[in-house]
Amino acid sequence: MKFLFERDTWQEVYDSLTKNKLRTALTMVGVWWGILLLIGLLGSARGIENSFNRLFGSFATNSVFVWAQSTSKPFKGFQEGRQVQLKISDAKKIEENVEGIEFVVPRNQSQALVVHNFLSGNFGVNGDYPLLDQVQKKKMIQGRFINQTDIDENRKVVVISEEIYKQLFEKDAEMIGEYIQLNGMNFKVVGMFETGNANMGPSSDIHIPFTTFQQIYNMGENIGWMMITGKPEYDISQIETDAKLILKNLNKVHPEDNRAFGSFNLGKEFAKITGFLTGMQFLTWFVGIATLIAGVFAIGNILLITVKERTKEIGVRRALGATPFEIKRQVVLEAVFITLIAGLLGIISGGSILMLLDSLYGQGDEAMLVNASVSISIVFVALIILIVLGTLIGLIPAFKATSIKPIDALREE
Amino acid sequence: MLKINKLHKSYPIGDSSLHVLKGIDLSVEAGEMVAIMGSSGSGKSTLLNIIGMLDEADEGEYILDNVPIKNLTEKKAAIYRNKFLGFIFQSFNLINYKNALDNVALPLYYQGLKRKERIEKGLFHLEKVGLKDWAHHLPNELSGGQKQRVAIARALAADPKLLLADEPTGALDTKTSHEIMDFIQSLNDEGKTILMVTHEEDIASMCKRIVRLKDGVIIEDTFVEQVRASQYV
Ligand SMILES: Nc1ncnc2c1ncn2[C@@H]1O[C@H](COP(=O)(O)OP(=O)(O)OP(=O)(O)O)[C@@H](O)[C@H]1O
Ligand SMILES: [Mg+2]
Repeated sequence: MKFLFERDTWQEVYDSLTKNKLRTALTMVGVWWGILLLIGLLGSARGIENSFNRLFGSFATNSVFVWAQSTSKPFKGFQEGRQVQLKISDAKKIEENVEGIEFVVPRNQSQALVVHNFLSGNFGVNGDYPLLDQVQKKKMIQGRFINQTDIDENRKVVVISEEIYKQLFEKDAEMIGEYIQLNGMNFKVVGMFETGNANMGPSSDIHIPFTTFQQIYNMGENIGWMMITGKPEYDISQIETDAKLILKNLNKVHPEDNRAFGSFNLGKEFAKITGFLTGMQFLTWFVGIATLIAGVFAIGNILLITVKERTKEIGVRRALGATPFEIKRQVVLEAVFITLIAGLLGIISGGSILMLLDSLYGQGDEAMLVNASVSISIVFVALIILIVLGTLIGLIPAFKATSIKPIDALREE
Repeated sequence: MLKINKLHKSYPIGDSSLHVLKGIDLSVEAGEMVAIMGSSGSGKSTLLNIIGMLDEADEGEYILDNVPIKNLTEKKAAIYRNKFLGFIFQSFNLINYKNALDNVALPLYYQGLKRKERIEKGLFHLEKVGLKDWAHHLPNELSGGQKQRVAIARALAADPKLLLADEPTGALDTKTSHEIMDFIQSLNDEGKTILMVTHEEDIASMCKRIVRLKDGVIIEDTFVEQVRASQYV
């Protein structure tokens, strides 16, 4: 390995590569482009994935929303078109009978006129259990979310989003312990959370205790919809089917009535997008590596031509005492060197493109790309792959260079 | 210095083969200066290449400096070439993208010498052939005679025991040929053993011994009175 640190080794590489600069440059295009693709696309895919995770990060993704609609088939004496109503007991039954359930969270929602001092607005108000915080993580900025005592005592407390705060309060005004009016009733503000990036279902900016909601809106046992979360190892589509079947049974709905209950399967949507992202990454690797291999082969090919052109020179060197190993070593080194330089240029340009993308699409909360980048380890692996491929491909022209007898090489014109 | 016994060499040509060397016996002592002559196609270059270990004989014995040369690996052959032999070619065979000094120093590179030492020795030999001032010129900036002198300096660089020259003056005009011969004679005077192929009688007469080949055998082997090239220069 000592030869790697000798000036002459590199002088030789430099001499032979600069002999035909244009060709050397063209030789490098393939590998350069392959690495550029790999870095650029993998980085972008990562950026999209990051932005996606930021968007959905607060949701338990293995979940499905279920609500009631009207029937589309007559059943057990009921006519079609009957409006179905979900009850708290439905939620309990699902929790007890469907396999793989983690949480079932019953929810209610209504519109209300919300007033604070002289500011007011019409907003959706949700009646919620503390459990909601488990499936749709609230990032509290101040105070707390609804707790069990609020539920038990039907407290008139409210948790609001930062967005609502901005609309109802003066800038920087104290709000924990303040009262706001919901349809004329005073509610004490106990917490404020960060407004979510993505809203699943109806707007989710104001939360009051479920029981309080029941009381003031006279809901009785009725609920608006429920969120069902499956344990990670269970298939959320199966849970959705099972839950709906139980709901149909409980509510005397024809088992094949597909309209009676609506649902939105977050897990399925999520899987679609992650599937897309995985697919994109796979494609990137595939395209990148294929391009790389093609590029490396191009290098091998050009070196083969170079070696052929230099047959006589190689013959002279051998007459002067170069061993076949020394000749091969030099050719392989040239191959590795070109591959590596092309790869490094690819990494630099790929990185620059990512930086450009980041400055164009990566700024702000709504950014399409978040931290579009590739990890150092990927870069490292790519470089090692390049060295290995470069060596392997270099062996072909290297053996070609010494396969011919010195005398025949010298005779070559 | 070298001893050859019953050496045979054939080249396959299509299905048949061409018998080029048909039993050569030759021995050369240290300090000799031998011209190998013969008509075109008589096998002069073939013989010289076998002596230079660039090619291998089919049959027969070849001993160089007490080492039997037989079935050498390419690596061994390369090392012997580097240590024992210096080559001078008709067409110079300088590496065109290396300057004169780097060309001269190339055998030293393969000897594993440090760069500083190589430059020193390279310059020394360039000076010997009178081209120190041309050290940093590329071959295509040199005249034919200068190129051949660089090539000679390169052949001398590794301080070989035996110099092999295949028509060293073949590409040069008479005057330049004599200059080169004068220089080669001075090398021989210093004790170098020299074997050269030529088909010019006056060049051959500047050697000390003339070996004539015909159809792959030696038909004449005589010691001659050396004509000094310096008288023409
Ligand atoms: N590699 C080869 N393959 C086939 N035939 C060859 C090969 N090398 C030489 N020959 C033949 O061998 C014979 C001797 O060739 P060689 O080069 O030794 O001749 P030479 O005496 O040096 O001739 P010249 O004076 O023209 O250089 C020639 O007939 C030549 O055609
Ligand atoms: Mg010849």
